[in-house]
Amino acid sequence: MGSLVTDLSLAEAPSSVTPQRRLVVAMNNVSKVFSNGTLALKGMSLDVRGGEFISLLGPSGCGKSTALRIIAGLGAASSGSIDWPSSKINSHGLPEGDVGFVFQEPTLMPWETVFGNVHLPLKLRGVRKAEARDKVMENLTSVGLADFADAYPRELSGGMKMRVSIARALVTRPKLLLMDEPFAALDEITRQKLNDDVLTLWQQTGITVIFVTHSVYESAYLSSRIVVMRARPGQVFTDLEIAQPAVRDGAYRVSEFYRANCQKVSDALQSAIQSAES
Amino acid sequence: MTDLKASAEKGTDSAVAVLLPRMSSNEKVMQVVVPLVALALGIAAWQWIVTANGIPKYILPGPGDAAVALFTDSSTLWPALWVTLRITVMALAIALVGGVTLAIIIVQSKWLELALSPFTVILQVTPIIAIAPLILIYAPDTQSALMICAFLVAFFPILSNMVQGLKSVDHNLLNLFELYGANGWQTLLYLKIPASMPYFMAGLRIAGGLSLIAAVVAEFAAGSAGQGSGLAFRLLESQYRLNLPRMFAALIMLCGTGIAIYGLTSFVSWLVLHRWHESAIRREN
Ligand SMILES: Nc1ncnc2c1ncn2[C@@H]1O[C@H](COP(=O)(O)OP(=O)(O)O)[C@@H](O)[C@H]1O
Ligand SMILES: [Mg+2]
Repeated sequence: MGSLVTDLSLAEAPSSVTPQRRLVVAMNNVSKVFSNGTLALKGMSLDVRGGEFISLLGPSGCGKSTALRIIAGLGAASSGSIDWPSSKINSHGLPEGDVGFVFQEPTLMPWETVFGNVHLPLKLRGVRKAEARDKVMENLTSVGLADFADAYPRELSGGMKMRVSIARALVTRPKLLLMDEPFAALDEITRQKLNDDVLTLWQQTGITVIFVTHSVYESAYLSSRIVVMRARPGQVFTDLEIAQPAVRDGAYRVSEFYRANCQKVSDALQSAIQSAES
Repeated sequence: MTDLKASAEKGTDSAVAVLLPRMSSNEKVMQVVVPLVALALGIAAWQWIVTANGIPKYILPGPGDAAVALFTDSSTLWPALWVTLRITVMALAIALVGGVTLAIIIVQSKWLELALSPFTVILQVTPIIAIAPLILIYAPDTQSALMICAFLVAFFPILSNMVQGLKSVDHNLLNLFELYGANGWQTLLYLKIPASMPYFMAGLRIAGGLSLIAAVVAEFAAGSAGQGSGLAFRLLESQYRLNLPRMFAALIMLCGTGIAIYGLTSFVSWLVLHRWHESAIRREN
């Protein structure tokens, strides 16, 4: 074990890499002004297609989290439009059960066991514990935590808590997985391990991932596409397609190809930061 | 003694052993023995002072005299304890239900909270003993007057702690519930109420102690006599008659009641929180 994925068949099987895949998120000219007057996003447009692994990269405070929350349907845009063309839209105008969210902190309920935490999304839909057991255990197994189903969050290490959070996000089998700097608080070794696990998950299930990060190296390792954002006001600066080899492993991390990718991304990020300062 | 739960996982982070701290049995015994020995020494010192100085019973009875009075006066003291206890427990129970319900209603709307705030502040800052005479006038009988006093005192720690608890829910968890389309009831039941339990328990422990204090103080104010009187009246009565052993016996009863209430509320708090909350977990470095 140790891989995040064993036999999950989330969403649909990965579509063969055709250039025109179905649109999953269509963000059009979105602006967000907070009640205190902060202009967090201004005229941000972003199209996300099924099966993409997108990183939102940018300096801290540039509106990455705000953008991700709007994509999740949490907090409305002040102007512009957001649509989820491939999802069933519920009465509140939000995609129903198609979005999984992983926060920077594990965000687990400390009074529930690991099982209870992963069960939550199903419980909120009225699926009782007994009915949900197989699904929950399957997801816990896939993150290597089946033995910890009855443990409480405080008994787990930071990396394990994050795995629980990922299992919870996947238990509803969402089409879209949103991750907001999920591994920023973890040590380097754990982070690399979880990066590999998320990558494997993505490759095997064809889920669409939007991954917020401020790390050039993380984004260059994971993504098929990197959206570099600039600050004040937050908007898309450049949109980079990243050619990635089929297999990414330890050797890839030290390859010249990876280094060149990092260089390209780092240059784009530098330009984004400079454009915000000038 | 430790409980070793090692993961079979090869993952770098999950291969950690989780140690569940347990107290060593020696330490556990000492935790009980030390306070008991200290208490026994205190009682012995009290007895010694009384005998060594030949202090008469009507000035300072020894612990032995108090213990004897506990039995000889049991026909007056135990019914009185029962009256005080009933007032305390009922006031606490009503305060629990009322405080929690009102807290849940208050946090639904900021305007409601603002509108109610002057009343809660007035009732909270006014010393309850000062309104006791007023309550005595309006209440149908002394018993209910005492209950209202004890209720008013116990109500606010529960209300304010519960409001605080319901409001300090992790924002990301609220977002998560919103993301999964949870309705108001689900959010209340599965998130807000469990999250506020540590605050509620703190309020419960405070309120438990306060309701006993209020039941006694209010009875002092009422000064009611007769069949249905509680321990406070028996204290006053013993004071007039200079029956000091009985006074001490009544005090011991009140003290025991206070300890029992504290123990019970602490136990309930431990039962609810010990699995997950930091306050109930022994710190170990
Ligand atoms: N709830 C909020 N109220 C007011 N301002 C906010 C709020 N959330 C974020 N902001 C502001 O919006 C900007 C973007 O924040 P955020 O999206 O969190 O950035 P990032 O995730 O890229 O670090 C920041 O200037 C931040 O201070
Ligand atoms: Mg952020």
